[in-house]
Amino acid sequence: MAIVYIPALMRGLTGGAEKVTVPGSSLRQVIHNLEAVYPGMQARLLQGDDLSPALSVAVDGEVVRLGLLAPVGEQSEVHFLPAMSGG
Amino acid sequence: MANKVLVRQEFKVVGTRPIRHDGTDKVTGRALYGGDFSLPGMLYGKVLRSPHAHARILSIDTSAAEALPGVRGVVTAKDLPRPEEGIADVGEGAVNLRFLSDNILASNKALYKGHAVAAVAAVDAHTAEAALALIKVDYQVLPAVVNVREAMKEGAPILHESLRTDAQGQKGTTPTNIASRIQFAKGTLEQGFAQADVVVEREFETATVHQGYIEPHNATGLWSSDGQVTIWCSTQGAFTVRDLVSQILRYPVSKIKVVPMEIGGGFGGKTVVYLEPLAALLSRKTGKPVKLVMTRTEVFEGTGPTPAASMKVKMGATREGKLTAAEASFAFEAGAYPGSAVGAGCMCAFAPYDIEHGKIDGYDVVVNKPKAAAYRAPGATQTGFAVESVVDELAEKLGLDPIAFRMKNSAREGTRRIDGPIFGVIGALDCLEAARASDHWSSRLEGPNRGRGVASGFWFNIGLQSSCTISVNADGTVNLVEGSADIGGTRASIAMQAAEVLCLRAEEVKPTVADTDSIGYTQVTGGSRTTFATGWAAYEAAHDVLRQMKERVAKIWEANPADVTYEEGVFGVKGDPKMQMAFRELAGKLNHTGGPIVGRATVDPKGQGGAFATHIADVEVDPETGKVKVLRYTTVQDAGKAVHPSYVEGQMQGGAVQGIGWALNEEYFMTPGGTMANTSFLDYRMPTTLDLPMIETVIVEVANPGHPFGVRGVGEVPIVPPPAALANAIRRAVGVRMTRLPMSPGAILKEMGTV
Repeated sequence: MAIVYIPALMRGLTGGAEKVTVPGSSLRQVIHNLEAVYPGMQARLLQGDDLSPALSVAVDGEVVRLGLLAPVGEQSEVHFLPAMSGG
Repeated sequence: MANKVLVRQEFKVVGTRPIRHDGTDKVTGRALYGGDFSLPGMLYGKVLRSPHAHARILSIDTSAAEALPGVRGVVTAKDLPRPEEGIADVGEGAVNLRFLSDNILASNKALYKGHAVAAVAAVDAHTAEAALALIKVDYQVLPAVVNVREAMKEGAPILHESLRTDAQGQKGTTPTNIASRIQFAKGTLEQGFAQADVVVEREFETATVHQGYIEPHNATGLWSSDGQVTIWCSTQGAFTVRDLVSQILRYPVSKIKVVPMEIGGGFGGKTVVYLEPLAALLSRKTGKPVKLVMTRTEVFEGTGPTPAASMKVKMGATREGKLTAAEASFAFEAGAYPGSAVGAGCMCAFAPYDIEHGKIDGYDVVVNKPKAAAYRAPGATQTGFAVESVVDELAEKLGLDPIAFRMKNSAREGTRRIDGPIFGVIGALDCLEAARASDHWSSRLEGPNRGRGVASGFWFNIGLQSSCTISVNADGTVNLVEGSADIGGTRASIAMQAAEVLCLRAEEVKPTVADTDSIGYTQVTGGSRTTFATGWAAYEAAHDVLRQMKERVAKIWEANPADVTYEEGVFGVKGDPKMQMAFRELAGKLNHTGGPIVGRATVDPKGQGGAFATHIADVEVDPETGKVKVLRYTTVQDAGKAVHPSYVEGQMQGGAVQGIGWALNEEYFMTPGGTMANTSFLDYRMPTTLDLPMIETVIVEVANPGHPFGVRGVGEVPIVPPPAALANAIRRAVGVRMTRLPMSPGAILKEMGTV
């Protein structure tokens, strides 16, 4: 199962847990399964049917470029980070 | 000074120093910039800007201006389509459409002095300027707030009545200037500080500074009678301009063509639009091409500076020199609309170190200043100044060598950052080792009021989308077309990667930066991504050329394409050494063997790898005037693989100089009412070649496993260490710890107790 690191200000939804494990082979599935266990998570991570534009997601240390389609491995680490751009 | 080469692969073209393809045009003045551009019948535009930092716009009367002979059109926010509420993805990032539109032409409120309110097109610039004076704007002046801490207080003037704090997806309930709050936490902070023998806690401030590109913003727009719009402009991203103009004007991207002219510097400040929608709008209104060029004052007052910041940092370490905990709070000024780089600043702050327990809070705060824009490693310089000053103070209190202390705590492959992810292959420790081994570090610095400082820095770099095509010419050269504006020599660094694959010389690849109708989607030249990502596209396109060339050889020789080889610029067939054909020979046969060959590639890569740098600064402080003289300065940086070392060195030197200016001189002097008092380069003092010694460079090459040639971006991280390196040097020179930028003569004398 993927290890999902919960953003600090969202840990109220996970009872304070810094990381949780959920199944899913894509980011969409991971977030869907996260919502099933920790209601309210999806509303904080998605805008409509897509990832919130305020966020970027790192899977195994790399910021993914496929949005919710990004593949997630059995032992992957998933991090939700602020979106950023360069100069 | 010798570079430190850790990459194992040897290349023929990558890593050499050919003359840049655009060099002759640039040094002879033939290169065409936006200011050089003109079209028959062209009109000239000027922008009316708010004289108030915060004011409600009650009415705008343009009738007298429109009646002035020579005036052909006037536009206000009423000429812009009413923006839809919501966030749009424009490729590199998300934008709030209402805020985006309001920053082009203010609708109900002016939110900073210099905020565009109306624009005029006339037969010449003087007439357009005269018309501006005839536009009557009725303002209700409101109290302004131009400081981040003041803007965060209860009772501060509110810029946007609808703004609510977004705390990682949870909205606040009351009007505020705090647009967003983020937090990162790792481990148990209390436990970490309990393990510490020494704790240092300090507060820091940095001023608003500007990117300071030499070439001001400019745009020429032509709205043809068939509805096609063409915009010629100075930009870091032609496709970004197309996307933003499309959103602002609610007009299809297919009807907008953006032609990127040469660019006289951007540094992040030209990843957004200001004049481009106005040029298009005025052209639509007048039926003529319209050109707008900003003055320097307009650039300072009306375009994105980098945020001022207010910061607190607390760090602890054991007496053996092991960092145990780090805590920080960073509040950034976003300017008039949300969106500072506080998130990136937070994530970069402690990245050079392996720290078990940490917590970082970030606040994005709107104030009555121009909307902040990106500036080289956005956010990292501010937070790096604070963190690297505290790291240095810890080393000092522990009696440890500042480089040895940093090495003991250095991030390395496998280190988990406070914001969560684990580092892959990085060169943080290698940069420190190279700095320690440098001639500069081992040299003696003697004399009164002299000191040496060191600081490290980190920037993520980004990947994003790029496209490239390569056509084979009959004489054996190739034409390469790409969409990345060339700011720092990227025509050369991209062409060289294609040349490496094709076994050609760099000069045999002719690169062209194309308009948005002539190349596939390519995102901005920013985030230190162009040599990495567009270079990767060139690498793939070159392989596409080779694949087709091998097929052609196989066709000519009636051989199996899988058996065709290509080595040292010569095609052959496995098992038959007599069969040989040079690239050039085959190129000459294309017309009669199946037609032209064009390779193409699009990429959207990850794996860009982060960049680390360590800088060493020697200074002498004049105790009578407080002036800081930089005696010697060395930059050490991991480039992954330096495709063209001269241009890597140029980026390292340029970034360092901008960081030195930010550290010692540069500052928006704001009146309490929100007016910038120093809107020229005479009063906004940037360093020149007369102010600084030659910046010495040491390129470290720790190959990035995420790129075919091991490339990492190099353009941004060199701006991160200078403020802290200089503050640490000043501390050793005269014993004062500077916690506010700029460290100007007056500020240093004040800290020394002289005034």
